[in-house]
Amino acid sequence: MWESIKDFASTFFVTGDPLIYGADVSIVLTVAAIVFVLTKYKKWGWLWREWLTTVDHKRIGIMYLIASLLMLFRGGVDALMMRTQLAFPDLTFLHSDHYNQIFTTHGTIMIFFMAMPMMFGLFNMVVPLQIGARDVAFPFLNAVSFWLFMSGALLFNLSFVIGGSPSGGWLSYPPLTEKAFSPGPGQNFWIWGVQISGIGSLATGINFIVTILKMRAPGMKLMKMPLFSWSVLSSCLMIILAFPVLTITLSLLYLDRFAGAHFFTIDGGGNPMNYINLIWMWGHPEVYIVLVPAFGIFSEVIATFAKKKIFGYTSMVWSLMSIAVVSFFTWGHHFFTMGTSASVIAFFAISTMVIAIPTGAKIFNWLFTFFRGRITFSLPMMWTLAFIPCFVIGGATGVMLAAAPADYQYHNSYFLIAHFHQTLIGGPVFGYLAGIYYWWPKLFGFKLNERLGKWAFWLWNIGFYVCFMPQYALGFMGMTRRYYTYTWDLGWASLNLVSTVGAFLMGIGFLFQGWQILYSIKHGERDTTGDPWNGRTLEWSIPSPAPFYNFAVIPQVKEADDFWATKEAKANGTYKAEPVHLEPIHMPKNSGIPIIMSGFWFIAGFGFVFEWTWIAVIGLIGVALCMWARSFDYDDAYYVPVDEVRRTEASLGRVY
Amino acid sequence: MEMTKQHDHDHDHGHEELEQLKILGFWIFVVTDCILFGTLFATYAVMIHSYAGGPTPKELFELPGIVASTFILLTSSFTSGLAVLAMNKKKVNEMIGWLAVTGLLGLAFVGLEIHEFSNLAHEGATIATSGYWSAFFTLVGTHGLHVSIGLFWMVALIIQLKRRGITTVTHRKITNFSLYWHFLDIVWIFLFTVVYLMGVM
Repeated sequence: MWESIKDFASTFFVTGDPLIYGADVSIVLTVAAIVFVLTKYKKWGWLWREWLTTVDHKRIGIMYLIASLLMLFRGGVDALMMRTQLAFPDLTFLHSDHYNQIFTTHGTIMIFFMAMPMMFGLFNMVVPLQIGARDVAFPFLNAVSFWLFMSGALLFNLSFVIGGSPSGGWLSYPPLTEKAFSPGPGQNFWIWGVQISGIGSLATGINFIVTILKMRAPGMKLMKMPLFSWSVLSSCLMIILAFPVLTITLSLLYLDRFAGAHFFTIDGGGNPMNYINLIWMWGHPEVYIVLVPAFGIFSEVIATFAKKKIFGYTSMVWSLMSIAVVSFFTWGHHFFTMGTSASVIAFFAISTMVIAIPTGAKIFNWLFTFFRGRITFSLPMMWTLAFIPCFVIGGATGVMLAAAPADYQYHNSYFLIAHFHQTLIGGPVFGYLAGIYYWWPKLFGFKLNERLGKWAFWLWNIGFYVCFMPQYALGFMGMTRRYYTYTWDLGWASLNLVSTVGAFLMGIGFLFQGWQILYSIKHGERDTTGDPWNGRTLEWSIPSPAPFYNFAVIPQVKEADDFWATKEAKANGTYKAEPVHLEPIHMPKNSGIPIIMSGFWFIAGFGFVFEWTWIAVIGLIGVALCMWARSFDYDDAYYVPVDEVRRTEASLGRVY
Repeated sequence: MEMTKQHDHDHDHGHEELEQLKILGFWIFVVTDCILFGTLFATYAVMIHSYAGGPTPKELFELPGIVASTFILLTSSFTSGLAVLAMNKKKVNEMIGWLAVTGLLGLAFVGLEIHEFSNLAHEGATIATSGYWSAFFTLVGTHGLHVSIGLFWMVALIIQLKRRGITTVTHRKITNFSLYWHFLDIVWIFLFTVVYLMGVM
């Protein structure tokens, strides 16, 4: 008995690596500390009522933000471990299998569990406020999406200490990821972690499309809608068209592994290249899904800090939407070397280059907005300015990669690594950081400290170029991705060392941002006006932090940048105040079902990962019962009485 | 008194709008489900000749059973439409009756599919036999799973209709359900054509 338990534990838990034992200890200590603090200060009830069961889009946004920052930390540590291993030739800091696991989890976490939730956090924090709505279209579903993301992320991160991490790369190409070559639960963790959070993403896509199409304040015609909301619409359209493909692709891979199917195996009539087509049919739109909202953020930030209406609004809208369309026709450029006919390759090469046109149009529009603007260099603006050169270089190297004949030289080399980090860090990461700095006061009621933010900014930016510019050269010198070590005689040592130094500079930049947040909670400049940046759009017309119902009175919109127009009218005396009439506000009730249902998804996922069917069945029955319970729940909303609205507004300094 | 009346009016108005949102949301969900099936159809097309030396659909398909289940599903789509017509005439019992008929037909369809699958397995074609059969069972099985989930949903809706009658909320739920049911019917028509008819050609 004892022997069999020991036997089970030694395969169930990841053993034998001091780094992981250290992580085990720190996880146990952190959990114990959290439980202790919550119990000591009697905060469990508060946590449950105010956060875990909330359907308030702003709180959900904040939870997304916190989770994504933690995941950025973990993904960042993965990156630094890889760069440490590669700092010098012939290092033995990580052995080959551990290195494979780390590049797999780095990529997976950064895209699925960092970029996606940070983006959804911004959607949640901003979109309803910006379009003058009191919540998203489906607040309950919004909570479900968040908790599905959390279950997926937890399940994936669990692989670190239980069962073993996946090691098949962030997109897990078969046949390597088939059972024959990747036995054990690691690969299943990847499939189910991504699958469960992916279902949540799909639901968010539906939710925000309906929110944007149906819940805009009266008078806000689509062509008067702020550009960030447009970018969210574009991103969500891509989500609903791309994510079902991911759902199927992951399911098919799992059927291969679990049921012995032959979709992507080498034998039995399987076709591994079909996986690579399918995954990139989702995967290429995915990079635009995370990129396009960053474009929206830049448009808001530039207009605000240049104190000018955005240049070429209509062309901005058209470029956002055309990127959404063209992004579905470029997937083949990820595997030119697969060996198809010249005409197929030419199609994908041209469609890829075509995407540079709307993107270029946007860059010029931003530059023209600067022209004769009164520019303020605050943190959101600095990140925006850093984005432009960074993304232009990334875009140019992208066009180089799109030139199919040349791609045969660059394919899967460090040139590619440098290119996509430049677009994904320069675009989404810089953009989301700009957005977080910009909308932080609206969510929390205080600004983040500028001085620490500038330290972080310069460390990030200098670190970025020091890290990735050498990688372009390394690519040309023949270094391909996923090498876990190399020898002195290849001549790659010095550039790799430089790159590692850059990576650590970025890591220090991130630490400064952590410090900046902690420091600003205590000392940050409080925002009492609700409009700390002299903003242009509706979210700045309400107090900071926004009350839970957002708008005491739903605004009547007359033009684009309506809040700016109102302020101008007030300044030159042409503003005519309309009588306000407070009414009871209809709000959704909190619900425990989303977190419980996601808990059952987690159980189901865990069962699938270890291929313990009975656990999976229990989880799925739990999910079905939760849906049943929700279907019978007719008491899901309430009215906020006028008195309470008046009191809340008065406490925020607004009198009605 | 006047206050409450005004309040009630807002209440109804607000609900009506919320229900409209949910119908639009469900339409978009159906779009995503279309893509889902589209991906499975594409995979099936890629796998169409990947028999790996194993059995072929031509040898194993038994069309009469499939034609029967096709008619059963088409009829259930029709009866779910009759339920919606009854709903529009505010006849709740007639509506529940038609929904029950729809459910029984759906159940028969799922039963026939299980029977078909077990027959195929008996003849030596399972999901692990070859790329072709993997694609076949996944595509047809995903449709069958959708129908089964629809049955589960329908039971919940019939109970709610019995308890609450036809309200703005149950009206919206039935609208979405019938949309889902018709959608599955359309998917089946493609399945019948692409998988079964072309399979025996």
